[in-house]
Amino acid sequence: MAGITLSGVEKHYGAQRVVHGINLDIAHQEFVVLVGPSGCGKSTTLRMIAGLEEITGGEVRIGQTVVNDLPPRKRNISMVFQNYALYPHMDVRENLGFGLRIAGQPSAVVAERVAEAAAILGLTDLLDRTPAELSGGQRQRVAMGRAIVRHPDAFLFDEPLSNLDAKLRGQMRAEIKKLHQKVRTTIVYVTHDQVEAMTLADRIVVMKDGRIEQVGTPMEVFNNPVNTFVATFIGSPPMNLLPGTIRDSAVVLADNSAVPVPARLRGRAAEGQRVILGIRPDDISPAGHGLGTVAEATDLTLTVALAEPLGMESLIYTSVAGQEVQAKLYGPRIVQPGEVLPFRLALERAHLFDAETTRSLEV
Amino acid sequence: MTAPQIPLKKRVQAVALWLTTFVLMVIMCVPGLWVVLSAFRPNREILAKPPVWIPTELTLSNFGKIFGIGSEQVAIPVTSYFVNSMVIALTSTVIALIIGMAGGYAFARYRFRFKGGVFLGLMLFRAVPGIALSLPIFMMWSRLGLIDTKMGLIIIYVSLNVPFTIWLIDGFFRQIPMSLSEAAQVDGCTRWQAFWKIEFPLARSGIAAAGVFAFLTSWNEFALASQLTRSTDSKTLPVGLMDFTAQFTIDWAGMCAMAVIIIVPALIMTFLVQKHLIAGLTFGGVKG
Repeated sequence: MAGITLSGVEKHYGAQRVVHGINLDIAHQEFVVLVGPSGCGKSTTLRMIAGLEEITGGEVRIGQTVVNDLPPRKRNISMVFQNYALYPHMDVRENLGFGLRIAGQPSAVVAERVAEAAAILGLTDLLDRTPAELSGGQRQRVAMGRAIVRHPDAFLFDEPLSNLDAKLRGQMRAEIKKLHQKVRTTIVYVTHDQVEAMTLADRIVVMKDGRIEQVGTPMEVFNNPVNTFVATFIGSPPMNLLPGTIRDSAVVLADNSAVPVPARLRGRAAEGQRVILGIRPDDISPAGHGLGTVAEATDLTLTVALAEPLGMESLIYTSVAGQEVQAKLYGPRIVQPGEVLPFRLALERAHLFDAETTRSLEV
Repeated sequence: MTAPQIPLKKRVQAVALWLTTFVLMVIMCVPGLWVVLSAFRPNREILAKPPVWIPTELTLSNFGKIFGIGSEQVAIPVTSYFVNSMVIALTSTVIALIIGMAGGYAFARYRFRFKGGVFLGLMLFRAVPGIALSLPIFMMWSRLGLIDTKMGLIIIYVSLNVPFTIWLIDGFFRQIPMSLSEAAQVDGCTRWQAFWKIEFPLARSGIAAAGVFAFLTSWNEFALASQLTRSTDSKTLPVGLMDFTAQFTIDWAGMCAMAVIIIVPALIMTFLVQKHLIAGLTFGGVKG
């Protein structure tokens, strides 16, 4: 029974600050994903929770205990590493039972708990193999098994899927999700892959340059990004950003074409304010090939520069006001480069950001 | 019957390669072989002119002589030399390994001030030939009363070997991902336990190799030992070998028998290195 609380957590290496005062409350049994580009401090934050990295400032609590000065072994957490960190000189059974043996558990208990973890993860047949004899996915599962045998207060995952190929990554993602549903332990998961973040998380923490940009459920972060960084980082392909100026309830773009300000955002931006219009590729589609019915839209006629057919949908590269824009076409229709098509822009899902601060005008 | 056509040029190259290898091997092996053969032959056959290449008579009496077994004896205390050599080589190896493990681990795992400089210094120290230091060492040792003591040689061999053991063991610890020790610590180990249960077993082959090299260095060292030893208190086997040269005669048979005694432990050790150097142990524990 333990949540994790970070208050004002900082990390400096000499004069260099890599984490700038992070505040985060992780509830018991919650699955929280820290996501951000490399160097954003997400792994460092995780390692501070684990006790593998000293905390320069602030406080980390696991349950009610302040763990700042506790070594990893006293924090009752377990961790899955990016390279799995399986002990190469031990077989799977010994790898799984290592933590329990160190804790001095009787061998009957170790055997029982190892068998239980192996059953959960489908490792029963592999118990006598060494890590070198396992495939990538199997190693991944052993690493997870080693984490669950000890029944810790929290699991920490440090980019656990980044060494797997795309197909296996998808499978293991589902297994991690299932595991969480089964064992219901608090999970802090670090990744740079926004798809993993979206699919796994109860809550996503988007980080950049050692700061938290936004915390929210995947849909909150997707639907209401607080700034252009979150807007482009979450969602694939990334949101299109078009700079413009507010004139008469419209965003006037670089080529003087105007896109009406979405109704829900009227009055949020001052006349003459420089803004950025954000629109996801899914919300710009050739007329009749969009995502369902749209209550509020505007029409644009655009020329296709390049089309990538993906089967049931195509990704279309075009340009608006001289800037490359990605659009989506839903339906099995082949589009040729050079084709001129009427596009519908779903204004009800468009976003406005201040051009100076890059912050959303919605909040 | 059509044999696969190998181009003439390739065949010539292959033959040339074989011949070169053969000649080089002969140059390298024949002296060793001659020493071993001579150890088992009577003196008259060793000294025969023209040389007797294929031995007609093999005997163990040369070994009996130097160990004082049998009627003929040589007044050379080979047993003492052997014990001295063993004590000095083993002790200095154990100490060099302990320091090498601590140092190698520190260089591989910790950041500290002047790390690069200290490491470079150790390597440069290694580049100095020991014999170049013999005069200052002799003077210091004579003041300290360490001339003709085992301790005197042990100190020198430890200092000769430590840079090397640190360097080799550092390399092995570097190959072991940090995350293994971290995983062990998260699993409930102290740093010390993580070292002994995870990192030490994985670096074991490297540590064994370093140990064997250190042992061989001490076991075979002649130059410094010949200056710093006087008597059966501290003389080692390579120095003892000189006892077979008298003013007018050289006891080739005895000398060769003793050389074989020196070579055998070295050979055993070399085989051990070979076995242990098959590292690759860490493969599979990390990544795919």
